Amino acid sequence: MISLAHLLTLSAILFAVAVAGIFLNRKNVILLLMCVELVLLAANFNFIAFARYLGDLQGQVFVFFILTVAAAEAAIGLAILVVLFRERRSINVEDLDTLKG
Amino acid sequence: MITLSLQSLVPAIAEIWLVVAVCLILLADSFAGARRRSLTPTLTLLALAVGAALTVRYGFTGAHVTLFDGMYVSDRLAVVLKLAGFLIVAVVLLYSRGYLERRGILRGEYYVLALTALLGIFVLISAGNLLTVYLGVELLALSVYAMVAFDRESGVAAESAMKYFVLGAIASGTLLYGMSLLYGLTGTLDLGLLAQRLETAGPGVILALAFVVAAVAFKLGAVPFHMWLPDVYEGAPTSVTLFIGTVPKIAYFALAFRLLAEGLAGTTAQWTQMLAPLAVLTLVVGNCVAIVQSNLKRMLAYSTIANVGFILLGFVAGTPAGYAAALYYVLVYVLTSLGSFGVILLAGSRGFEADRMDDYRGLSRRDPLLAGAMMMLMFSTAGVPPFVGFWAKLRIFQVLWETHHLWLVLIAAATSVVGAYYTLRVIKLMYFDEPVEAPAGEPAPGVRLVLGVNAALVLALGLIPGPLLDLCARLIH
Repeated sequence: MISLAHLLTLSAILFAVAVAGIFLNRKNVILLLMCVELVLLAANFNFIAFARYLGDLQGQVFVFFILTVAAAEAAIGLAILVVLFRERRSINVEDLDTLKG
Repeated sequence: MITLSLQSLVPAIAEIWLVVAVCLILLADSFAGARRRSLTPTLTLLALAVGAALTVRYGFTGAHVTLFDGMYVSDRLAVVLKLAGFLIVAVVLLYSRGYLERRGILRGEYYVLALTALLGIFVLISAGNLLTVYLGVELLALSVYAMVAFDRESGVAAESAMKYFVLGAIASGTLLYGMSLLYGLTGTLDLGLLAQRLETAGPGVILALAFVVAAVAFKLGAVPFHMWLPDVYEGAPTSVTLFIGTVPKIAYFALAFRLLAEGLAGTTAQWTQMLAPLAVLTLVVGNCVAIVQSNLKRMLAYSTIANVGFILLGFVAGTPAGYAAALYYVLVYVLTSLGSFGVILLAGSRGFEADRMDDYRGLSRRDPLLAGAMMMLMFSTAGVPPFVGFWAKLRIFQVLWETHHLWLVLIAAATSVVGAYYTLRVIKLMYFDEPVEAPAGEPAPGVRLVLGVNAALVLALGLIPGPLLDLCARLIH
């Protein structure tokens, strides 16, 4: 039997993997975008698990909104990536060092 | 059962008008083509004026009106913040026009994106539900990412947009994760119900609060979540920096107020404890790192971070008086930074960005009006009486004193002294250094008049601080 705790653990692992991926990855910007999607997925997982557990629909409706926003977000992220590639001829994270922050 | 009549939609008139205006302007812009460049800017300013007029006439319908099953809240605070939003975006677009033209990026999409960002801000200001909070945050953030990358010829802008996007997306994810935990703990997404159901603070609540506070701190640009801010301020076209540095701050004040002060009112003791160290770190790092900057935009970015520290201190007080002080501080800060970035925009000319500190040496002899305005704005930022910045800081000190946060008052006062150094240094460069060879700034008499009024307002509000302070206190009770 899968309990709420199992689902929450899985989503916590997803979240941790995504954040670790963002901070450890030094190679490719596309990987960063994938990690960003994974963060949203972890939140979605939480919402659905809680909605099921509470017998409440609001959480599931929220997930539809998140999915839509995530699609818009990915579109903008990829658009910025294309602009960046045209200027730099590279999508390597290490090349993003003109600005020191 | 939700009944929806046309009459019941009236409180949301500002948002409805903005959506209509965005669609119309987008259409008008694509039909006008490249020949009639000035059509879109004029239409946008017109739309903002009409929106403000509609909000004044119909927007206020009662002290606390909810729409769409509690998703949307309209109260005094929302109406006043929306009017401020209309006004500030109009001034931002006025200042940016000449800059966009000489950089060759005067395109209709820029204005449409500014309006959609404003729509996101309005949704956030009127949020009554975690869902509306999230949608407002994202609508604002997505518009702003696109604005930062707007100059497609600039690699620096694209790089800063990428950094902003990735870090901003993590912050949104963090916010969502915190929201999902809050939902699981209380079984509701409504901020009002959330405040009622969340009264005891177990470990789960603390975890959820940590996620939410981190996301709010990121959006405001508090240390240690500030990494994006200097890069974006420096990399983005200056007109976009002006936009990011002003209106979104009002939105993020609304985010902190609706989410933390209203929705999580039951756990004020917990989240103020989390905010206090962030505020201290923000004040120290912001003020100290600003000293060593040689780029004026980057220095103003760190100055922003330092100001965010003060806004957070208002929230740390955890009382309505504290939130009112934070609101006053935000409005004053927005007014001041509107002027400071406006000076940078007007001091530049074709091929000359005027964003290095050295470009301002001897400005008082080259361009007395700009130097005079910048001097007043910098005095206000430093908190020198009688300028309005002084009252904003004083009010924060007062509420902290009243809530017995003595050590916070001491740290804030000490870092303000450090902060005064780098703002006064700009005045020294302008008035006491030998002039450098630099192209003359933009002549535009109308825009200069607005900038003059902007700077004069910083002085006038400082001489007569009462009305605005009273207004802020009455908006939050």
